[in-house]
Amino acid sequence: MSGHVAMKSGEVPRYNASERVTHWIVAITFVLLALSGLAFFHPAFWFLTSLLGGGVWARILHPFIGVVMFVFFALMAVRYWSDNVIKPYDREWKKRLSDVINNRDHNLPEIDKYNIGQKQLFWTMIVTMVLLLVSGVVLWREYFAGFFPITVIRIAAVVHAAAAFVLIVGIVVHIYSAIFWVRGSLRAMTRGTVSAGWARHHHPLWYRRVTGNK
Amino acid sequence: MQSLDVQKRSATTTTPPSVRIAEQPVAKLIDISKCIGCKACQVACMQWNDLRDDVGTNVGVYDNPSDLTDQSWTVMRFAEVDGKDGRLEWLIRKDGCMHCEDPGCLKACPAPGAIVKYANGIVDFVSENCIGCGYCIAGCPFNVPRISKKDNKAYKCSLCSDRVSVGQAPACVKTCPTGALMFGAKEEMVARGAKRVNDLKERGFAQAALYDPKGVGGTHVMYVLQHGDRPDLYSGLPVDPKISPWVALWKGVTKPLLSIGLGLAVLGAFFHYVTRGPKEEEPGGKS
Repeated sequence: MSGHVAMKSGEVPRYNASERVTHWIVAITFVLLALSGLAFFHPAFWFLTSLLGGGVWARILHPFIGVVMFVFFALMAVRYWSDNVIKPYDREWKKRLSDVINNRDHNLPEIDKYNIGQKQLFWTMIVTMVLLLVSGVVLWREYFAGFFPITVIRIAAVVHAAAAFVLIVGIVVHIYSAIFWVRGSLRAMTRGTVSAGWARHHHPLWYRRVTGNK
Repeated sequence: MQSLDVQKRSATTTTPPSVRIAEQPVAKLIDISKCIGCKACQVACMQWNDLRDDVGTNVGVYDNPSDLTDQSWTVMRFAEVDGKDGRLEWLIRKDGCMHCEDPGCLKACPAPGAIVKYANGIVDFVSENCIGCGYCIAGCPFNVPRISKKDNKAYKCSLCSDRVSVGQAPACVKTCPTGALMFGAKEEMVARGAKRVNDLKERGFAQAALYDPKGVGGTHVMYVLQHGDRPDLYSGLPVDPKISPWVALWKGVTKPLLSIGLGLAVLGAFFHYVTRGPKEEEPGGKS
């Protein structure tokens, strides 16, 4: 079939340079936002404000960084939307979740570019990012909070904290899976390729789709 | 104020220095039935605290400035109300920080030590610790704190904590020409307020009451209201102020619960790794 990517010594391209840059902008801004946001959330995390130059600088920078994260995340959302539509084989795969967690990967249903965990994280991120943007604008005292009634601001504070919690927990799972749990995944986002073995093992439908191999 | 003990401190989970127990709770009593609306208290506040608001515009009523600002920590609010027998009643309320026993601003504040409550009950903003997030505005049940456009820090009435710490009454109280403002031990102010309420009742104000709302644990600024059953007549004084349930949720259970949740997520990932280990594809590529 035409359109198949060229394979170099058993590697399968997964993310091109532009995709990787976009991902890492979102990742870096997320880390800065999570750390400064936690600092505002609970005094136990207050020391994290020093990473952004103190409490006042953290307060000034946090919303601007948030806007940057949302814009670049939006690019990712558009790019990966169709890859994350949940299919029947994803639901079959999910029924075998205890096998997945216990690393009994043989005989799992064959899946495409993303498994259902990744897909659910994708949709969770879309919801939480929108909630964070909207509630964040309402809370942005310097420019916007004055335009909203006090009750709306109070609700926004709760929504912002709750959505951030869901997002941070999701990203904890994402980081653990990509860096520690599923070996060979990280290079997809650093060098852009995965091994053919990784692709066949974890995403066989995707492997065959992009390589044309059986 | 070093000479005042700190009883509560924003964004602080441990007990602030508070061994001295001799400090008596104080209160300012505002007797609205004695207020003539002269605004001497506004002037005294500006003078003592070195504040100068911009010259505003006339909004058609006597309120000037028309709202609290970072430079106007107290304003007189003039309400024209239809009284008994079609008589006009002019209800003039000196608005400003109520110095809640359970301050919503302090509960909402994320910056350690930016808001403190002294053992004598005064709630004070420590501006050098303020980060300008405006959460105090969301926390306040009385809509009092204002953020300065100049330095992005929150300001409000300090009850002249600097004067009180050296045994002086707040500047507004010092200057009030009619005795509508009084300051002293809270106990004594409650007693005086009760006495004045009785006087008013004898003079035809059957619903006169002392405004010391229990929803915020009582306040260290209290009003004598001729119409104690209708605080809302006084330019929207809250009938039953309390910390909003949204603020209580945000700054209450969610803080420890979500923090523990995050910790458990990270620990869960770690223990999954040490018990189950990583996924590695088989060398042959067989799935």
